Amino acid sequence: MSQLQPFRLLFIALLAAFTSVLVSLLSGSVELSLGDLIAYTVGDVPDLQRQVLEDIRFPRTLAAFVTGAALALAGVLMQVLLRNPLADPYILGLSGGAAVGALASIMLGLGGWWLSGTAFVGALVSVGVVFGIASRSGRWSTTHLLLTGVVVSAGWGALINLMLSTSASASVQGMLFWLMGDLSQSRVGLLQVGILITGAALALRAARSLNVLVRGDLVATSLGVHVNGLRLSLFFGASLLTVVAVTTAGSVGFVGLVVPHMLRLTGARDHRLLIPFSIIAGGTFLVVADTLARTLLAPQQLPVGVITALIGVPSFIAILRSAPSK
Amino acid sequence: MTPLLTANNLLLRAGPRTLCSGLSLRVEQGQCWGLLGKNGAGKTSLLHTLAGLRTPPEGVVFLGETPLAALSPAQIAEKIGLLLQESVDALPSTVLETALLGRHPHTKGRLFDNAEDLVIAHESLRKLGIESLAPRTVDSLSGGERQRLALAMLLAQRPRLLLLDEPSNHLDLGFQTPLIQLLLSQASDSARKTSHPSDSTSPGAAVIMATHDINLAARVCDNIVLMIGDGETLVGNAVDVLTECNLGKAYDCPIARVEHEGRTLFYPL
Repeated sequence: MSQLQPFRLLFIALLAAFTSVLVSLLSGSVELSLGDLIAYTVGDVPDLQRQVLEDIRFPRTLAAFVTGAALALAGVLMQVLLRNPLADPYILGLSGGAAVGALASIMLGLGGWWLSGTAFVGALVSVGVVFGIASRSGRWSTTHLLLTGVVVSAGWGALINLMLSTSASASVQGMLFWLMGDLSQSRVGLLQVGILITGAALALRAARSLNVLVRGDLVATSLGVHVNGLRLSLFFGASLLTVVAVTTAGSVGFVGLVVPHMLRLTGARDHRLLIPFSIIAGGTFLVVADTLARTLLAPQQLPVGVITALIGVPSFIAILRSAPSK
Repeated sequence: MTPLLTANNLLLRAGPRTLCSGLSLRVEQGQCWGLLGKNGAGKTSLLHTLAGLRTPPEGVVFLGETPLAALSPAQIAEKIGLLLQESVDALPSTVLETALLGRHPHTKGRLFDNAEDLVIAHESLRKLGIESLAPRTVDSLSGGERQRLALAMLLAQRPRLLLLDEPSNHLDLGFQTPLIQLLLSQASDSARKTSHPSDSTSPGAAVIMATHDINLAARVCDNIVLMIGDGETLVGNAVDVLTECNLGKAYDCPIARVEHEGRTLFYPL
């Protein structure tokens, strides 16, 4: 890749992100035009439109972008940590723990902050359990970590099924929406945006070392990378980003696995490119998916996780087929 | 003159087995050392210990005058380059991107590669005869091409001390000896370039290679560590250590020796 090309691609990516945000802000049951949006920026818009923008569209679009970006970045970091192309943000069981917490809230009829709070606690428990088991063994080998995560996920999976099968049918739909990922109640604040920006900045700073780390711990150490420290930071950084995503929107699937791979297949193999592009593309992807989720069958809202898979699978296959096999 | 690398009284274990004990060596500038011994004798463990990847239960390794344990991986990487036996390429990357990784120890605080990094990476690929493969992805390479790439990455690192684990693996017969000579001269070159002119202790480099190829070692190494097993090691001049008797003991099979056109060759009986 020549030196100039990345900047041109970055421009295109930012343009796509901007367009997706614009379309998301203008789509919905209350008709809004580009004119209204421009009028809003100069403070001259009717109350209804302003309310729709400020209370519904802006927060939801922001939540979608932050969730998508956090998931894609966490996916990249997990794939480096586990040196495994099949890794995604949920592979170490974090989403399972969060789901058990969230489902418990739904079972007890609690919503709002309770839902995010219990999901947060569940995620934390899961991270703690995996970290405890992986550290006790003294070896942070990728295989060991991966196996620990898979087993812990399976445990959470059993609890989730137990809760689903014993809950009143009225609350099961809410549970399913949470499990598939849903942005209809989502709000993000300064905290979530701050975590994403800090995570992105730190990841970009370490991007060169990540390129080395994917070649193995021994190679990385012999090239001067402080491997243990970096892998611990990856573990906790990716976990924190994933926690932000799942407490915002439930376990939205597919974004964290597929966005990094789509970008790798289109040439962004170097983490110095992959990290910024994943953040932009992940955010854009989820904004587009959420816009579709709430407009396709309007007024009915679909869980966004269904849409991410429905548009993600065919586009991934298309890229896979068109990628040059060298 | 301070030796490049000194090992004092090293003890290495693998589970219940002692690989070596009381092993001491002084690696001077310009020397090429060979680590010999049969499978599992501890060649790789010793190499990794000398590279600072493992801490020995007893003994100290000094880089110049500083114990390795007192240096950070980044400080060690500026001086010592290590060729590993296996390479990992779980996620895709190209040959050029891989060679550029060798520049990592010299890019402190710099996110992107500069022109010098690119020149050095291309030059390293050319020296290993794989410059034309630069845009290819690593997973499309043959075993020998991968080995050349790993060596190119090492050259791009420009270390003063090269630790090589089976450098001749997968390589064509005719390329093996020129390769070691290339590595030795390159190491000395880069040592000369990076050293301060007034610092008379700096120039000169050294190679330590673990190999199963006795004849390659006999041809290019001036010093040998022969790991016999049960913690016993023979250290010394290649001519003194490489005898039928010592080798026979180390490899558990009778070994004969012939002289041909000024070269010494060993073969199992």
